Amino acid sequence: MEISLTVNGTEHTTDVPDNSLLVEIIRERLNLTGTHVGCDTSQCGACTIHMDGRSVKSCTVLAGQADGADITTIEGIGTVDALHPMQEAFRENHALQCGFCTPGMIMSAIDLVENGKPLDERSVREGLEGNLCRCTGYHNIVKAVLDAQDKM
Amino acid sequence: MYRFNYHKPDDMDAAQQMMADAEDGVYLSGGMTLIPTLKARLASPTDVIDLSGLALSGIELADDSLTIGALTLHSEVAAGNEISSLSNLALAIGDAQVRNRGTIGGSIANSDPGADYPAAVVALGATINTTAGAIDADDFFQGLFETALKPGAIVTSVTFPLPVRAAYEKFPNPASRYAVVGVMVAETNGGVRVGVTGAGPCAYRQRNFEQALADNFSVAALDGLEVDYAEFNSDIHASAEYRGHLVGVMARRAVAQIT
Ligand SMILES: Cc1cc2nc3c(=O)[nH]c(=O)nc-3n(C[C@H](O)[C@H](O)[C@H](O)COP(=O)(O)OP(=O)(O)OC[C@H]3O[C@@H](n4cnc5c(N)ncnc54)[C@H](O)[C@@H]3O)c2cc1C
Ligand code: FES
Ligand code: FES
Repeated sequence: MEISLTVNGTEHTTDVPDNSLLVEIIRERLNLTGTHVGCDTSQCGACTIHMDGRSVKSCTVLAGQADGADITTIEGIGTVDALHPMQEAFRENHALQCGFCTPGMIMSAIDLVENGKPLDERSVREGLEGNLCRCTGYHNIVKAVLDAQDKM
Repeated sequence: MYRFNYHKPDDMDAAQQMMADAEDGVYLSGGMTLIPTLKARLASPTDVIDLSGLALSGIELADDSLTIGALTLHSEVAAGNEISSLSNLALAIGDAQVRNRGTIGGSIANSDPGADYPAAVVALGATINTTAGAIDADDFFQGLFETALKPGAIVTSVTFPLPVRAAYEKFPNPASRYAVVGVMVAETNGGVRVGVTGAGPCAYRQRNFEQALADNFSVAALDGLEVDYAEFNSDIHASAEYRGHLVGVMARRAVAQIT
């Protein structure tokens, strides 16, 4: 089937198998490999992207469901020279170690700051429930999100 | 995932026709249950019929009830409405990304033993509106992943009568947030109702709690009441006996919230 979607501001029309997942289109067709796949069970959040402005797990969306959608991935939020304030806050606060969970964490955190109420430590932890990190113990991730909140 | 044909009909009749024509069709709403199931190869439908093109979303307030469209997202119910216990319940489902996709219709049609909404459907005495007629909450949940929904029928909305007061408390699985046990206690215009999820094969009413609370709506009224856990779920997360204990604890916490 043919689908059209806008990814990081560019429109793409592509022919895909009916049973493909959005994350497969993003990684394998568009070569945007910043979006990671960390599990098979829709639990880790490494694949989090924005679909029409809200955080979703792209491993649990069929390509057909994303037809016509506006998608933003980690590649679409900042550049190496001009990081997004959330990326900068993760760097400043040492909020990553291996970095595998980081793209998903950052996409979730941006949605949390942009679309939620003012955050405190507890609400950041609750808001990032859908993102697992096996390295950091979360402490510095929470610090980074609170720091970014003031700069976004 | 096994191969399947994907369809996105834009009206209800077309959706039902596609289901009738399919060899082994399945409806898709948010996909937060169905897609993990397909990925794990636990299901192999020939056709997946995406309902997201149907106009079944939104929350509507009438004089004494709230009607929630089947495609309304958990995040939309969580954002707040006239039944605060229901928005609190929705806010405690899974995680933000799951709430941004999952729908009330999908949750109810699925009747997962650990799903949250069924406790509210039962406790508030809701009506499930479907393309094959309306079904009373007391008749809807029939067993593990089993409901009174007719084959091929679509849940279109759920109507919740506004309660006098109601509260939901759950003991979440620490990883998935599904209810190990969840209890909603409601004082409704039809009397006190207690809906339990997570404990048994599907949501049910804890009638002895209802009677005790009807006489005396207080935490103390629940002291010493028995919960028959013989048919409860037993797994690595909790034994049937422990779930039986949790029903009492969650019910007392819910009553404490609103007294
Ligand atoms: C990580 C994770 C954590 C979760 N945690 C929780 C939790 O804490 N509590 C909880 O309650 N749930 C939880 N869920 C499940 C989530 O709430 C699902 O969104 C919900 O159970 C199903 O809704 P859906 O719209 O995604 O349905 P889908 O997955 O699209 O469909 C589910 C089933 O219902 C059928 N169906 C869907 N819509 C209709 C309709 N309108 N009419 C008839 N049949 C229909 C489908 O054919 C399918 O069989 C979790 C899910 C995940 C992935
Ligand atoms: S890859 Fe783990 S939730 Fe998507
Ligand atoms: S930094 Fe390694 S998983 Fe989070």
